[in-house]
Amino acid sequence: MSDKKPISSVNDFVVRFANVNGSGSASANEMFARAILRHGVPVSPRNIFPSNIQGLPTWYEVRVTEDGHLGARGGVDMMVAMNPQTWDKDVAGIEPGGYLFYDSTKPMPSTKFRDDITVIGVPLTAITNSTYTDPRQRQLFKNIIYLGALSALLEMDPKLIEQLIGEQYKGKEKLLSSNVHALHLGRDWALQNLKCPIGLRIRKSDKVGDRIFIEGNSAAALGAVYGGATVCAWYPITPSSSVAEAFTAHCKKYRHDPETGKAKYAIVQGEDELASIGIVIGASWNGARAFTATSGPGISLMTEFIGLSYFAEIPAVIMNIQRAGPSTGMPTRTQQCDIIACAYASHGDTKHVLLFPEDPAEAFEFAAAAFDLAERLQTTIFLMLDLDIGMNHRLCRPLKWDDARQYDRGKVMTAEMLEEGRDFGRYLDVDGDGIPYRTYPGTHPTKGSYFTRGTSRDRYARYSEEGSVYADNMQRLVRKFETAQDLVPRPLQANAERPTKYGVIYFGSTSPAMDEAIGLLEERGHQLDRLRIRAFPFHSSVASFLAEHDFVYVVEQNRDSQLRQLIVNENGIDPVRLVPIVHYDGTPITARFIAKAIGDHQDHLKVTPLRKAVS
Amino acid sequence: MTYIAKPKFHHPSLKKNELGYTHRDYEGKISTLCAGCGHDSITASIIEACYELSIEPHRVAKISGIGCSSKTPDYFLGNSHGFNSVHGRMPSVLTGANLANRDLIYLGVSGDGDSASIGFGQFAHSIRRGVNMTYIVENNGVYGLTKGQFSATADRGSKSKKGVTNTDNAIDLVAIALQLGATFVARSFSGDKSQLVPLIAAAIGHKGASFIDVISPCIAFNNHAGSTKSFDYVREHNDAVNRLDVLVGRDPIAVDYAPGTVQVVEQHDGSKIALRKIDADYDPHDRLGAQTFLAKHAAKGQIVTGLLYVDPDADDLHAHLNTVETPLNTLGADTLCPGSAVLDKINASLR
Repeated sequence: MSDKKPISSVNDFVVRFANVNGSGSASANEMFARAILRHGVPVSPRNIFPSNIQGLPTWYEVRVTEDGHLGARGGVDMMVAMNPQTWDKDVAGIEPGGYLFYDSTKPMPSTKFRDDITVIGVPLTAITNSTYTDPRQRQLFKNIIYLGALSALLEMDPKLIEQLIGEQYKGKEKLLSSNVHALHLGRDWALQNLKCPIGLRIRKSDKVGDRIFIEGNSAAALGAVYGGATVCAWYPITPSSSVAEAFTAHCKKYRHDPETGKAKYAIVQGEDELASIGIVIGASWNGARAFTATSGPGISLMTEFIGLSYFAEIPAVIMNIQRAGPSTGMPTRTQQCDIIACAYASHGDTKHVLLFPEDPAEAFEFAAAAFDLAERLQTTIFLMLDLDIGMNHRLCRPLKWDDARQYDRGKVMTAEMLEEGRDFGRYLDVDGDGIPYRTYPGTHPTKGSYFTRGTSRDRYARYSEEGSVYADNMQRLVRKFETAQDLVPRPLQANAERPTKYGVIYFGSTSPAMDEAIGLLEERGHQLDRLRIRAFPFHSSVASFLAEHDFVYVVEQNRDSQLRQLIVNENGIDPVRLVPIVHYDGTPITARFIAKAIGDHQDHLKVTPLRKAVS
Repeated sequence: MTYIAKPKFHHPSLKKNELGYTHRDYEGKISTLCAGCGHDSITASIIEACYELSIEPHRVAKISGIGCSSKTPDYFLGNSHGFNSVHGRMPSVLTGANLANRDLIYLGVSGDGDSASIGFGQFAHSIRRGVNMTYIVENNGVYGLTKGQFSATADRGSKSKKGVTNTDNAIDLVAIALQLGATFVARSFSGDKSQLVPLIAAAIGHKGASFIDVISPCIAFNNHAGSTKSFDYVREHNDAVNRLDVLVGRDPIAVDYAPGTVQVVEQHDGSKIALRKIDADYDPHDRLGAQTFLAKHAAKGQIVTGLLYVDPDADDLHAHLNTVETPLNTLGADTLCPGSAVLDKINASLR
């Protein structure tokens, strides 16, 4: 050990587990995170995994954060190094003064360690092998054994972990007791042989409150159940598959007729993304609420149908769980890189509604809202999640539903209305909001039928190649998009304590890192007003925010600052005033990154930090 | 496209069907296809079949892809909703529509380019899923709207109007449909209304994926010597395995029983198909036999027409998915939304 003092921190550190994919470590690691939550201490875990099923390295990072900073922090205070393949890189990644936890069954040469960290060896394999003979058991229980050892080292309450095991293996007594046994094997060994606790500790707190711990994909799927989706068509693609899988699981629980056992939903795994969106369009055309979930490559394939949805005005909900592109890109890494691709998807002049949830709670709300918006606006609504929100458990406020809420089925002309003699023109703007009425197929024997097509037609859905007729329709579509501005979730603004000429715009999964960065920037003396954009088309308050600030940073997770491009394009403002802050290496953006990038830029602008000015 | 409105008046003595509709009630806009197009004959047969079946015209959803054939839904059932969707994607749109409302009749109209080339995958998957639909391919072996390129159903060795010989092997959609598990498979010829009308009627009555390949010569680009999809060629090489009539719970439509054996097939919806067999050995319940029969005749250059295979007890995608009898598009928040009490429990399980 060098002169570097071991890190000492209570309820504020990062533990990273380095594992081999397919070794069964995921459930033990998740239990570690949940156990800390049960101490009343917020955590923010992240899976960092390869596009692989077995054998490649995988990491699970748990940020313990009493202050509730749920963004990635960067840096590792304790590495649980269970993967020889990545040992060198893992050891090198530990913060000076940090801790290395490893399986000491086989001796390691001293060159494999660092002298500025605390090395904690536990003979995991030896303990496991002396207790279990079955190879599968050995592999699984080894994970629980290290969990036990960690609980001693971090001074966690073992009762809380036992409680979690009890909940997980409820009704499976044998599994339950053997897991508890394995937990104590590790815990007891550590207590007897190591100095417990170390500098990193968990202390009971009350900072979790009534918050829940859920993955964004599962929450979005639940939003689809609550929002009344009855048809789901999808094609497997990382990181979106778990949306459809969760929707299936939720529907099995909540959507079967109690008497007949029959399903009040239909889920089809399409042969590709084209079929999936085709099924969604067909179902929506016929009056059902339908959605698909996909990721970048799927969006590329769906674009022809998205243009049809725009032009023929057929509702559709597409959940895009973004991953790093282009092409196959980095399928298991996060980005916000499909903003432009979705906003202007398909050939010709098109514009689409995008929703940007910041966490699972908003993913739930916006997913349910997407179906109302799709039917109200008769067009495609994109729910823009990303891998960081979608595939990680995130602490968020409890999901809420108002039982008085009715679905907004939009402008649908019924048989009664047709019978009354209401004039039905499928593309006739009767209310001045650009939104026409539609009829469902099979409504009336002689009235209200029309021919849906992707070709140009007049207000009464009659084929036409007249320039003026075409332009009239395209103008109405613009009016409809303007109507959308006031229907989509509005941006949320949070102003700095003191008036400032500087603002920052951000969205989606950047939220927790941005909130934390604001604190770091304030420490450096920089004051910034914040605007979190939650939807496209942009509400007029975006333009006001831009007008009120000299410089606005736009923080996003893609190379080309796509949201900034969209803002410049849609608001026609001087791009110089919009400063791109981009993070796109596939890891989630961190507060440290944002604070440094913005702070450096502010320094470059020769902004004298307020604190310096007064000191 | 239609520039001329079709007059609505008709002769007062025009025959009415069981529901009181005349033939005219099943018509659509005036066709804009070339005069003499085989597709217009198919349109006429669809109109005839729907009239004979006394279907409520507005209870049919007619869905197509892109191409000459896909324009035809505008020319029949003018009171039905139609959907001229995306090239090759009729099957997925139809599948979605069918999932939303199982109570309508789904008529999918496609062409050989639409189904055998760009939409080959969707054709295959809608059939293997057993979507309850009548899938008609108006097959002329040629891309008409883009002026005469070969399609994937053009026979090897056949000549285009410009004299180019096709060197690629042909896809036989009927053979593929049989292999994929379609529960109603037939082939006919646009010029043979007496065979085609009952086939369409039977296909509509069939529960499950019904597929009809209709050879339909393209008057403009594929009706010349050297084409294997011309009127003359098809007439000369047509080998019908059977003729049929459809009996829909009332007097038989046609009682003109031809010599030979007659076999009555009762379908799921109670309709009966009377098969007048021309080929005494032909068994339309034998999928494997049908495949062999088809292959043998293809080798001899014969185009086998008629009802090639039917499974009268077939079920459909809704049965596979165990969906409720009530159309999904009529379910409201009261039955779809689990409510706040359930959500509270879900929240509690996530802590």
